[in-house]
Amino acid sequence: MPVTKLDIVPNDCPAGERSLRVDAVSAFAVARFLRDDPQLKLDYCSNVTGIDWPQATVKTKVKKKVLVAGVEKEIEETIETLRSGHLEVVYHLYSMALKHGPVVLRLCTENRADHTRLPSLTPLWRGAEFQEREIFDLYGVIFEGHPDLRRLLMWDEFVGFPMRKDYVAPDDFEYEPTPHDKVLEAAKKHYPAEEPA
Amino acid sequence: MIEEGLKSELQKQGVYVTTLEDLYNWGRANSIWPLTFGLACCAIEMMAASMARFDLARFGAEVFRPSPRQADLMIVAGTVTKKMAPLVVRLYNQMPEPKYVIAMGSCAISGGPFKQGYNVLKGIDRYLPVDVSIPGCPPRPEALIHALMTLQQKILAQKLTGPDRPGCLNAAVPGEFPVPAYGEHDLEPSKNPQIWHPPLIKR
Amino acid sequence: MSAVAEMPPKNFAVTPRLNAAGEPLGELLEVSMGPHHPSTHGVFRMDVVLDGEQVVKLKPVFGYLHRNHEKIAEGISYLSAMPYTDRLDYFCSMTNNWAYALTIEKLAGLAVPERAEFIRVIMAELTRLQNHTCLIGFFLQDMGALGTPMMYAFREREKILDLFEAVSGARMMCNYMRFGGVRVDVDEAWLAHARKITGDYGKFLDEFEAFLTQNEILLARTQGVGVLSRELAINASVTGPLLRASGVNYDLRKVDHYGIYGRFDFQVPLGDHGDIYDRYLVRVLEMRESLKILQQALRDIPAGPFMDPKAKLRGFRPKAGEVYGRIEGPKGELGFYIISEGSPNPYRFRVRPPSLINLTILEDMCLGQKIADAIVILGSVDIVLGEVDR
Repeated sequence: MPVTKLDIVPNDCPAGERSLRVDAVSAFAVARFLRDDPQLKLDYCSNVTGIDWPQATVKTKVKKKVLVAGVEKEIEETIETLRSGHLEVVYHLYSMALKHGPVVLRLCTENRADHTRLPSLTPLWRGAEFQEREIFDLYGVIFEGHPDLRRLLMWDEFVGFPMRKDYVAPDDFEYEPTPHDKVLEAAKKHYPAEEPA
Repeated sequence: MIEEGLKSELQKQGVYVTTLEDLYNWGRANSIWPLTFGLACCAIEMMAASMARFDLARFGAEVFRPSPRQADLMIVAGTVTKKMAPLVVRLYNQMPEPKYVIAMGSCAISGGPFKQGYNVLKGIDRYLPVDVSIPGCPPRPEALIHALMTLQQKILAQKLTGPDRPGCLNAAVPGEFPVPAYGEHDLEPSKNPQIWHPPLIKR
Repeated sequence: MSAVAEMPPKNFAVTPRLNAAGEPLGELLEVSMGPHHPSTHGVFRMDVVLDGEQVVKLKPVFGYLHRNHEKIAEGISYLSAMPYTDRLDYFCSMTNNWAYALTIEKLAGLAVPERAEFIRVIMAELTRLQNHTCLIGFFLQDMGALGTPMMYAFREREKILDLFEAVSGARMMCNYMRFGGVRVDVDEAWLAHARKITGDYGKFLDEFEAFLTQNEILLARTQGVGVLSRELAINASVTGPLLRASGVNYDLRKVDHYGIYGRFDFQVPLGDHGDIYDRYLVRVLEMRESLKILQQALRDIPAGPFMDPKAKLRGFRPKAGEVYGRIEGPKGELGFYIISEGSPNPYRFRVRPPSLINLTILEDMCLGQKIADAIVILGSVDIVLGEVDR
């Protein structure tokens, strides 16, 4: 029996919805338990979201008690952790039978390049079918066990994953009447060359 | 040319004198048949314009045809996305001459609020010649009626001889435009340089 | 539940019917309906494989109105994303705005004053009225009643749009809700006009029903067509009137008690058979329940502020975290999932589109039906492409 890695992800904002992170291998079994257990009966998968976390350093502020000249003081320290790049899929599960929820389930891929496979939960909740296809189309997560995995919103010949943070949009900024910030930089490439003074 | 005084005298006697050009243009302008081509939110205002309160039928444009072969006006109402653009051009190609395009709403003119999207075409005038543009998001049904009246005036003023004659009488006017193909990141070509000549603005 | 416990992979190979000798009775015809089509409610394409008149396979194709709402929202501030929510389900801009405002209020812990809650309920129920009226108009047009029900529907819709224009300046894209309240207050003249329209709407519904509810063409074309079972509806994440027509009592106004819906006395109509006629009746009954809520809200609306005095609009930076907020829109559950990193722009802005998810079982409902029924089934699902494609 493989060991299931479960994690509770905190959420510090006033909404406070904490979520359950599951590893990819046992996700299907955990999801089936969540759906079929008579006390939970989470039969309604409301929302499936894809998120792109590129590699970045995450700064978290931590309060520490330190001895300064014999007096105990509390200082705030910033800890930097390196977050490896990965893609994440978040499922919001509710129960129509028992009218409770949500239970938030998170699955993470290993990286953003080649290990982007996750188990598909469409065999359990049919409503995830189009939403998982959309995540495949826009983020590049490959769902194993999905009955019909192909692009949903972009055309079939399209190459690339547009919702990723590092996607570069095609250059069609020839006519920008009121550009500013990034659009101004892109529009400047189309301006005529500066005439020599 | 007969002068106005003589014309009104003859009218009182029951004789109506006009030119062939005026008659032809009058017939065309007062019975424009639009194509049912609503893409997005502007389509609802287009429908509201054809409903009982605003009533486009008063201006002759009541008969919305579903087939492009039977329509002579294409009201591009809504955002044209890159996935939809080849189909818009193909529908335009299927319309018989003389044909007109109204770009309704800011999305059809220049991409609108969605201009910075990777899938949004920044204006249908990149591929098709647009006769009348209606700004607004969405433009009110009265604005669509105003655009239709502007188009009617444009048709009434059109000469049947000379270089500006309508496409049905002029073999040199291109009736069909090349349909863009789906490329790997964008449409190919991303614009039609024969039609689209944006002004160069330097900021 | 065991029937849908494990959905096997779909069988894409379809074959024509066989005659008594086991030979195929003809060829299959593949038709691409749309995206430019008089009955597809926008730029929606269905690749249909037909065996004679019967549908044997139906694949919906979307993306023709994919306007990158989610990507654009990642680059602009929270408040600037509010006008984009108007354009999601372009019939119901008020409820879209409310869903987004509710989500951000949950994220940042903002309180909404009572008068604003009443105003929100009034706007949402007016939106529900005009949405269901127009839907019945469109769906009858799909059945062949070319234009007449739509004329009546749009006539009533114009009266409600006059109210929206008076309060927010725009007929359709109202951009009216803000985080912590609404943008401007409604005055007594507006409330009096709203009471008058609400009072007259019941007569219009009676007139509409007199034409339609016992109409033999409607009955013949919709009873027993496009049946959706309870279990499949729940498993396919269907929400809204489509779900309630299949007999599942799940209305977010009663389940989540968002806003002040707990104070109003209204019922949730449910269907028995899950066919198209039930969906039509559920919508008509929901309109009558909306009228009840409107009468109560317009009677009881208190005086007071219309916006939280402590709400900050400029430089709005909610705390880092995530939230999922949802409301019962006229088409189903409209949800927003926002991840904030403490910056002025959202990190991830996800819209849970009811129309897209309700289309998941379109194929299942249409299999075995005639092609003309497939159009009417699509009409009864009530989709708006702005929401499906975002």
